[in-house]
Amino acid sequence: MSTAIKVEDLSKVYHLGEIGTGTLSRDIERWWALLRGKEDPFLKLGESNDRTKKGESNIVYSLKDISFDIQQGDAVGVIGRNGAGKSTLLKILSRVTSPTKGNIYVKGRIASLLEVGTGFHPELTGRENIYLNGTILGMRKKEIDRRLDEIIDFSGIERYIDTPVKRYSSGMYVRLAFAVAAHLISEILIVDEVLAVGDAEFQKKCLGKMGEVSKGQGRTVLFVSHNMHMIQKLCNTCLYLKEGSLLMHNDTPAVIGAYLNNKTLQSSLVFETDENNTHLTGFVKRIDVKTLDEQNIEEIPVGRPWKVVAQFQLLQDFSEFRIAVGIITSQEMPLWTVWSAPIDAKKGLYNAEFIFEEVILATGDYQLVIGLSTRGASIQYLEDCMRLNISSTSDIFDSRIYKTDGVGVIVNPVEVNITKI
Amino acid sequence: MHSEEKDWSLIIKPRGNLFELNLEELWHYRDLVWLLVKRDFVSFYKQTIFGPIWFFIQPIFTTIIFVLVFGNLAGFSTDGLPQPLFYMTNIVAWNYFSDCINKTSTVFKDNAQIFGKVYFPRLIMPFSIVISNLVRFGVQFILLIIMMAYYILFKGYHPNFTWYLLLYPVMIVLMAALGLGSGMIISAMTTKYRDLSFLVSFGVQLYMYITPIIYPLSSFPAKYKKIALLNPMSPIIEGMRLGLLGKGDLTTGTFIYTVVVVLVVLTMGIIIFNKVEKTFVDTV
Repeated sequence: MSTAIKVEDLSKVYHLGEIGTGTLSRDIERWWALLRGKEDPFLKLGESNDRTKKGESNIVYSLKDISFDIQQGDAVGVIGRNGAGKSTLLKILSRVTSPTKGNIYVKGRIASLLEVGTGFHPELTGRENIYLNGTILGMRKKEIDRRLDEIIDFSGIERYIDTPVKRYSSGMYVRLAFAVAAHLISEILIVDEVLAVGDAEFQKKCLGKMGEVSKGQGRTVLFVSHNMHMIQKLCNTCLYLKEGSLLMHNDTPAVIGAYLNNKTLQSSLVFETDENNTHLTGFVKRIDVKTLDEQNIEEIPVGRPWKVVAQFQLLQDFSEFRIAVGIITSQEMPLWTVWSAPIDAKKGLYNAEFIFEEVILATGDYQLVIGLSTRGASIQYLEDCMRLNISSTSDIFDSRIYKTDGVGVIVNPVEVNITKI
Repeated sequence: MHSEEKDWSLIIKPRGNLFELNLEELWHYRDLVWLLVKRDFVSFYKQTIFGPIWFFIQPIFTTIIFVLVFGNLAGFSTDGLPQPLFYMTNIVAWNYFSDCINKTSTVFKDNAQIFGKVYFPRLIMPFSIVISNLVRFGVQFILLIIMMAYYILFKGYHPNFTWYLLLYPVMIVLMAALGLGSGMIISAMTTKYRDLSFLVSFGVQLYMYITPIIYPLSSFPAKYKKIALLNPMSPIIEGMRLGLLGKGDLTTGTFIYTVVVVLVVLTMGIIIFNKVEKTFVDTV
């Protein structure tokens, strides 16, 4: 097998903040440095892209020194949390933007789908848009001519093909757009998470088409998704990005395992925020997961009540202060969020207890989200700050529960009666 | 581990060569140009009753106003030509130039959505703008022909075509190139700092007044004429009128001057545009 894509020391820098008169002086300074053959003075200040921390400068590395090779015919999943640099990587590979440093070597034609239906014009008919969209994506008109019937057939909207697309439902729009994309001629296909829309039947069809693309025709596919199920089904290898760096490039099961187990189990988490040196006016200092009798636990036995204790510091008085805790599944689906009743809080140190007694989470991994707010405005927001593990247990806590894993997210004690009639 | 460049079909680098112009790639996307032109034309008259007739309305009304204001009230010279013909000839040409420059100068902003999602040679967009405006120009040119025919048949106007008419297509190309080049320079300069874009639309309007549109170059006193001829649009407009109506001021010297200016502006435009297109998505 030969290499289809080779990425060498790729970095991409973004400048945060607004563009205005302030940026002009910086531009002039940078230009002056370049003119004297020196390195860009602002690049040295760059730091890793951790969006939860306040950085020292407003220059951020969205990708930092990434290198990897992709073999021809591989289906590669790109995973990572929001802001890990996945989309930036795809944008650079699709040549929408240029890297700041590093080179990428590519063998073959790239077709990229960062969005479905790019360039669709609402006034034009479906047929006209197939041609427009197809050529924007790099096809020749005669190549589209040859595939037109196939495209229309795949989209499943023959009846509306000569109607302007502004009259289409959003589902039809996506169907048509993906049909064009699925028939692109290229050796490499880059797909961002674009399948989120469209009905289940069509999603399945697209997955099938993409699978066919990578396995059948020896095409290389790069696929970004938060949906581990899709990644598992489609990709044989995965890239795991975190805060702009490449953490792992390995077989899919290994990478997904690492991604899901990214946060080691812990029963308490201490944040080292220095109150004399922070832009925050209030912040969480410590989070504990405990049993109701104040024992710290790393794994919560399924069906047992537990509580989250958050210690937080307020550096000023707040009116209508609330603290909220949310639970997210490992598939990034929010389950619920609970808020405290609003209080007028004076400056100082507080403890908040959230006792979870009634809802029984199924066995598995969950993430904790914590937020502080005043009058509905956020003071601090900590996304997936801590991992919760609900572990299976042998003691029977409810006779109506037969199984606690693989049952979905919630274990619901339901009385079931079977009678012979 | 250094890779051999020839083994790869595409190399993505931080900063391209300043003069890098991938003509082969541009050629590959030629179908896109035509489809974009078609899109512009079709979407222009969709859901209208008069359709392409609307292309006629603007030059007709502008001509009427010019005849009333500049021809009658202000009494500007038209070189002895019938006023409506004189103004219409100039307006049709000027419209093409101003459309080219106005549309090209906002190409990054108008297409940020597409440019941010898919790659194709960005030059395709300005090219398609210039060509789709050519369609519009063509329609308006037909109007001009109809008007000339009317003057010849009913007003006893003697047609006075000259050999310079052969230069007419050349002038159109020069005008397109000048609009394209300066539009691209402006578009590249306005991606990061929008200030300049406020200047463009009224700047082009003002530019019309220093170009021989509402008056002929011949009405200038000799010592100011030299300054007026620094404007590359002057010989173009004068040359087009010379071919069509037989009155205009074009010499070999001014023609060559214009060609040189146009080539310089176009080259600069392509270079600057190429440089900006690589990262503009991050700043626009």
